[in-house]
Amino acid sequence: MQLPADLQYTDTHEWVRRHGDGTVTIGITWHAQERLGDLVYVENPQPGKSFKKGQECGVVESVKAAADIYAPISGDVIAVNAELASNPEKINQDAYAAWMFKLKPSDPGEFEQLLDSVAYEKLITAESA
Amino acid sequence: MPLHYGSQIEEHHRVRRDAGVFDVSHMLVIDVEGVAARDFLRRVLANDVARLVLPGKALYSCMLNDAGGILDDLIVYHLDARRFRLVVNAGTAQKDLSCLTATRDQLAFDCALQPRRDLAILALQGPGARARFWHVREAAHALTRDLPVFQGTDVANLFVARTGYTGEDGFEIMVPVDEVVALWRDLIAASVTACGLGARDTLRLEAGMNLYGQDMDESVTPFECGLAWTVDLKAERDFIGRAALLGAAARTRLVGLVLLERGVLRSHQALRTVHGDGVTTSGSFSPTLGRSIALARVPLRVEVGDLVEVQVRDKLLAAKVVKYPFVRMGKSLLTS
Repeated sequence: MQLPADLQYTDTHEWVRRHGDGTVTIGITWHAQERLGDLVYVENPQPGKSFKKGQECGVVESVKAAADIYAPISGDVIAVNAELASNPEKINQDAYAAWMFKLKPSDPGEFEQLLDSVAYEKLITAESA
Repeated sequence: MPLHYGSQIEEHHRVRRDAGVFDVSHMLVIDVEGVAARDFLRRVLANDVARLVLPGKALYSCMLNDAGGILDDLIVYHLDARRFRLVVNAGTAQKDLSCLTATRDQLAFDCALQPRRDLAILALQGPGARARFWHVREAAHALTRDLPVFQGTDVANLFVARTGYTGEDGFEIMVPVDEVVALWRDLIAASVTACGLGARDTLRLEAGMNLYGQDMDESVTPFECGLAWTVDLKAERDFIGRAALLGAAARTRLVGLVLLERGVLRSHQALRTVHGDGVTTSGSFSPTLGRSIALARVPLRVEVGDLVEVQVRDKLLAAKVVKYPFVRMGKSLLTS
């Protein structure tokens, strides 16, 4: 699976898409959904809540396991993808289109700590080795 | 056996709607043979093999320790007057063999215990399963067409039984190891879906079947696991664990739960009932029902229809106590 080069990634398998207005969209990677298998439940953070980078802010559950979602960067939740509540399998179908939530970042300096697609690819290659 | 070959949910649905095959060769076949085979099994099993009159008839039973705790659960087939066949769990196989051998030697039963590691096992399950088997092994049709549920028979060098762990019709097929790959390939070519351990677990949970090591182990008796129907206490038959079962009252029972909120129940989640605390022993998303279900060990007084609260991470989620099985032959058994 080709990793989109326009996204940034975390070592906990979230992806981050930056928008022109300074907000970001966050989801889980194709690699993450592949490891989890069929998703059956998504718990998104409450809009309006603030999270620090690395803080637990949601959960995805597949038939076989549950996985925490961590805030890739600090910020306030400004929107969640409500469609995932009834159709969590959208993430399996297209992980980079089925976003989970949007953040308004509070510390733009943190973007530098995220992985680019090359670094993330190295990470997952090492993990599966 | 992998967790899944493709989509676990799809594998689950294929078994409920058509036909799937599981490679369950990790389970161990043990043949018990000799003049005392029957008496020996009447001694070591909580269910009574004397109920098995017809050749090929199968019986589900627990094997207990002296305290009445469950050492393993198994299926025993009555092959003929002097031969029985056990199919035991993989994780307990070595322990089972040791216990069986020790009892046999100690009480001097004249029978041999033969682990059949030369046999593989395929579980072919689903409403279309039997027809698929006849399609790939035409010669077996006449011998297995009228095979009743919970009965097995020899078919050339195969042993075919109408048993399973999914709540669907189908066969479990014991086959020499060097022939299993060909049988597997023929079934896949006949568009039977290869299914993994994940689907096996959701199917058996929907079917309300216990998993050893999870819903039961040596710390509980069959009475605490919904398995009273498998214990034959009548008459003068003494079996290992019998005295303990007669002496101790059950403190807990196993019930079904349906989650009333969004989320997924898992094993080992704490729960509150009006009669005290309990714990889930198995839990998952049920693909057939589209909601989460669980088996739970609760205080004896908890009844069907009660509402309970299950601790899922930082939340208490509402669930209802229901009868299980949840699903049988492709259909939901939930009344609401």
